[in-house]
Amino acid sequence: MNARPLLQAEHLHKEYKLPRGQTLRALDDVSLTVMQGETLGLVGESGCGKSTLGRCLLRLTDLSSGDIVFEGRNISALSERALRPIRRRMQMVFQDSYASLNPRRRIGDLIAEPLRVHPDNEGRKRSAADITARLDELMSLVGLPQSALARYPHEFSGGQRQRINIARALALSPQLVVADEPVSALDVSIQAQIVNLFTDLRERLGLTYVFIAHDLAVVRQISTRVAVMYLGAIVEIGDTDTVLHNPAHPYTAALISAVPEPVIRHDAQRSLLRGDVPSPVSPPSGCRFHTRCPQAQPRCSAETPELRDFGDARQAACHFPLGLSA
Amino acid sequence: MDAEAPILEVRDLSVSFRSQGRDVPIVEKVSFAVGAREILGIVGESGSGKSVTAMTIMGLIDAPGVRVTGSALFRGQELIGMPQKALRRLRGREIAMIFQDPMTAFTPVYTIGWQIDEQIRAHEKLGKAEARSRTVRLLGDMGVPDPERTANRYPHQLSGGLRQRAMIAMALSCNPALLIADEPTTALDVTVQAQILDLIRTLRADYGSSVLLITHDMGVVAKTCDRVMVLYSGRIAERGPCDAIFAHPGHPYTAALLDSIPPLTGPRPERLPSIAGAPPPPLERPAGCAFAPRCHFTHDTCQALPPLLRYGQQDIACVLPKEGRPMPPRVTEYAQ
Repeated sequence: MNARPLLQAEHLHKEYKLPRGQTLRALDDVSLTVMQGETLGLVGESGCGKSTLGRCLLRLTDLSSGDIVFEGRNISALSERALRPIRRRMQMVFQDSYASLNPRRRIGDLIAEPLRVHPDNEGRKRSAADITARLDELMSLVGLPQSALARYPHEFSGGQRQRINIARALALSPQLVVADEPVSALDVSIQAQIVNLFTDLRERLGLTYVFIAHDLAVVRQISTRVAVMYLGAIVEIGDTDTVLHNPAHPYTAALISAVPEPVIRHDAQRSLLRGDVPSPVSPPSGCRFHTRCPQAQPRCSAETPELRDFGDARQAACHFPLGLSA
Repeated sequence: MDAEAPILEVRDLSVSFRSQGRDVPIVEKVSFAVGAREILGIVGESGSGKSVTAMTIMGLIDAPGVRVTGSALFRGQELIGMPQKALRRLRGREIAMIFQDPMTAFTPVYTIGWQIDEQIRAHEKLGKAEARSRTVRLLGDMGVPDPERTANRYPHQLSGGLRQRAMIAMALSCNPALLIADEPTTALDVTVQAQILDLIRTLRADYGSSVLLITHDMGVVAKTCDRVMVLYSGRIAERGPCDAIFAHPGHPYTAALLDSIPPLTGPRPERLPSIAGAPPPPLERPAGCAFAPRCHFTHDTCQALPPLLRYGQQDIACVLPKEGRPMPPRVTEYAQ
């Protein structure tokens, strides 16, 4: 893999002020690096901060504090105006393919919009002929017929609409695409098509992805590295196979164990987590996971574990990591 | 399986909606039975007719222009065409239903406990205090921590997992013989989903309920159900015991559906085996096999509607086994 970092996030914090003086820490000191050409999967349960992190990385949501360096440039404090030329290099695909397309505009119009807003590489406004050519190119890239350009969003199925969203995200040839649960709303047979499309586009265009999903199997399929989040923090991050086959953090292990695999086992004894994720408004002391952790010890509620390197291209934040000496 | 009569026996159930002067077929000639203490899964993608099947059985589809034919016998009583008044006596007491979204199943303006008490008192002559004590016991049985206090809370004050447990408690409050669960864990996180699926499996032991579980997720079926019926485009593709179907899917659709789920263990495939295209809209369903346009094995005999025929323990609506070339056993990377 190309060792050049495309995006570096350091000590990201995002807090929301709530009534009665409470604070919700959506991101609590999150640092990560996304290398050029890799796919970083972000997994975790609802409320863990994975979507907030995805939006913050693209500066769609403002940070409370922290630095984001994209292509060597710190973008965390840039004004909207200064961000504009950078925005075309980083794009987002959302979960709800219908809500993200204006129902009253034709597909061709929707995809052409970024091409009309942003000048071409030489800083010139694109001609109508250039835009038409690019639209045709994008349609074949995502596997839709040219005739789709003249139609409206409601005329397409969920899978086709997601292809349209991907085409729009790719219109300006971005380097980085953050995809937030892009296949969660799709039926399995369609989901596989879209996951394959993401894979193909990565190969063809040399894209870098941050792929956010709650489905571990989907994340495993597409990601080169995986970050597992819990209550606003990364608890484990590393190579996909290392993290998912040999998890160090008990939460990662519990997530894997909870996935219902499509195979019949009669002896199956799953280690079930008890309870729900605690409220991020008042997260537990020490290790946030200690209230649900089957391995928890007194130290876990007193002392917050830092992300530590385990020498196998993986870091985990646990005092008593599984299968590894502490 | 025991020799007891099935709790629910559905025969040739068809549902169509009238739209713009045409009959739109949603469910076509679906037949199945749910045995005593059995968990039957109905699995299918959106538009396969799985929810409409359940709603029809519950008598919850009653719009003008809807045509329901066929039969659904619940303990020998015909549910199709049963007057609403008689249905209301059954629903809640003998047949209960839980939904995907527990937030919309509860009214936001009363406490959870009030709503469960009311459900109990609507069907049984019980005093307020007695009803509440049963509510608290039920909530406790469903794994709700601190059930007395939780009963006094409003739906929005509970997490998704707790709301789902409260809804199951409400559904079980009158000891129904049949529980219909429509995507009960789809809105939940995986760790909570695993808890709720476990809970559903314990219901038959603790409450003696049969369960009809509707889901799009083959993993949920594998973890929860005894038998499964696979629907495609409003018709049965295949049905049979889970053991048999997950080891040896008989319909190419079942096989392709299982293949398209990314594996969690073993080598990662370069590309996922996917099913090209999408299911046909109801008005464009082919006269023959509905899956034929997306199937790898399509040939001339697929142009006639394939009958549902028994092969071993499975019923399969595909011509391949009859033509002497059944689907090969499933190959998975999952550790068995």
